[in-house]
Amino acid sequence: MPAAPVARPAGRTGRRLAGLALSLLLLGLVAGLSVAIGAKQLSPAEVWQGLLRPDSPEYAVVHRMRLPRTLLGLVAGAALGVAGAVTQAVTRNPLGDPGLLGINAGASAAVATATAVLGMTAGDIWYALLGAAVVTVAVHAVGGGRAATPARLALAGAALNAVLYSYVSAVMLLDAASLERLRFWTVGSLADARADTVLRVLPFVVAGLLIALATARPLDALALGDDAARALGARPGLVRAAATAAITLLSGAATAACGPLVFVGLLVPHLVRALTGPDLRWLLPYCAVLAPVLLLAADVTARLLGRPGELQVGTVTAVLGGVLFLHLVQRGAGVRR
Amino acid sequence: MQTVPSRLAGRAMTLAYERRTVAENLTVAVPDHSFTIIIGPNACGKSTLLRALARLLRPTAGAVLLDGGDIQRRPTREVARVVGMLPQSSVAPDGITVADLVARGRHPHQGLLRQWSRDDERIVAGAMADTGVADLADRPVDELSGGQRQRVWIAMALAQQTPLLLLDEPTTYLDIAHQVEVLDLCARLHEEQGRTLVAVLHDLNQAARYATHLVAMRDGAVVAAGEPRQVVTAALVKEVFGLPCRVIDDPETGTPLVVPAAPRRTGNRHQPA
Repeated sequence: MPAAPVARPAGRTGRRLAGLALSLLLLGLVAGLSVAIGAKQLSPAEVWQGLLRPDSPEYAVVHRMRLPRTLLGLVAGAALGVAGAVTQAVTRNPLGDPGLLGINAGASAAVATATAVLGMTAGDIWYALLGAAVVTVAVHAVGGGRAATPARLALAGAALNAVLYSYVSAVMLLDAASLERLRFWTVGSLADARADTVLRVLPFVVAGLLIALATARPLDALALGDDAARALGARPGLVRAAATAAITLLSGAATAACGPLVFVGLLVPHLVRALTGPDLRWLLPYCAVLAPVLLLAADVTARLLGRPGELQVGTVTAVLGGVLFLHLVQRGAGVRR
Repeated sequence: MQTVPSRLAGRAMTLAYERRTVAENLTVAVPDHSFTIIIGPNACGKSTLLRALARLLRPTAGAVLLDGGDIQRRPTREVARVVGMLPQSSVAPDGITVADLVARGRHPHQGLLRQWSRDDERIVAGAMADTGVADLADRPVDELSGGQRQRVWIAMALAQQTPLLLLDEPTTYLDIAHQVEVLDLCARLHEEQGRTLVAVLHDLNQAARYATHLVAMRDGAVVAAGEPRQVVTAALVKEVFGLPCRVIDDPETGTPLVVPAAPRRTGNRHQPA
């Protein structure tokens, strides 16, 4: 192969690829821990047996509980991380989060309604997706339609957010039965994972990830300002619409499966940006790998801390995320503008 | 009409923002391989004209013609390979490095199936070398001086490799040394690479020195267009800017130099004893 004409950028690409490989290794490690550690204490040998041999006594624990839970953590984590990164890009806000656009609140409100009125089991993906989509359209309409600007979108999202969360609280307070069913869901949890939960959300997450990756380059152009983006041949309205569709699919699916998990989508892209810079073609793959690392690590921590029972992973991410976030804010990183 | 060949021209354009009409029946042509500079008082519509030429603003009547066809009817990516534009409002994302920002100029040449290539790498390196920012490649853009930052933005526009390049007030917010640095760079790009450059400038003397083709605007209309020597006269400066002045030869370049008339004072100015 001929030598690269400029050594420096090629070296940087190499470093970025190496970092991504390292992140994947880390993900494998955390996923392994997530399968190995749980309420029922098993030795590594027993877990291995349970993984491979259908006739072993641990087979059921590993295959019915720990594997689906780990897979859900992988899928939901990747969805939340990428949704957060795309949200921060499309709103030009380094502290953006799908919650900022009201999408999590929309999903929550729809699930709360379905649970209280129709007696659905929490976590039905269609209601969550429908709620997320309706709120997304509403935020876009309120935010100015095709003339939407990042600031107007964020304001519209914040307003709808407040309204919808009040509504969810009201539904839960009025109906004791729904409260009981929604209590864990609204904190965020991987514990209810079954193999079919993962399978049901997977197509939406894959679609969302593909759209997100396809909009990475035009979103990078959009980051320079709408005029500069158009001068570069990007179409701001179209790009924002595609990015919003990706955010809706990803956070709608993740919220449906695990409830609103706060801070993962905000914090991971924010931290990853310090490694990769703001280039979405690198930022998105890194987020897709490192967000599940954070989510699974938080879930394993929740299981260890809560023994013999367990804590909700949402509690751990909220505490962990809150502390890290305070640290970032205090250091002034990323809130310069 | 002129017989000078022109790939980019505006014909009988009405330019308006939501409520305010800026120009009516405006016709203008950018001569090929010229360094065209548009001048005029504040709010005369010069930046609006540039935005229209870059298809960032759609004329409500008339049209911008690129190679004879309506620019608004051509796919925006295709236009972006012919016409580059450096808007005033560009923002550098937090923490982006010089090389990454310049690389974004390659956007119209890339697609889902055609991602980053060796060619892109070579062109980005070339654009950084041409603008003298190659040494800064790994530095974050936020840490650069105003002059360096402007050269980085120009490098990004160069990486877009368009035969036509439009610049909206590229010297604003720069001190005099950096203004000259940026304009010298533009002149060099025009001479050495044969690109057609169009810039909006505030400084009449700088415009007269660097332009090969000058367009003077007032109240949304072109008052005069042509070589600086023909355009910049005391009468025209009075008409366009309302400024009484004398026009002398620039001792450095021989181009017209505008010297504003001093107001008549009644008393003697204070003289040191």
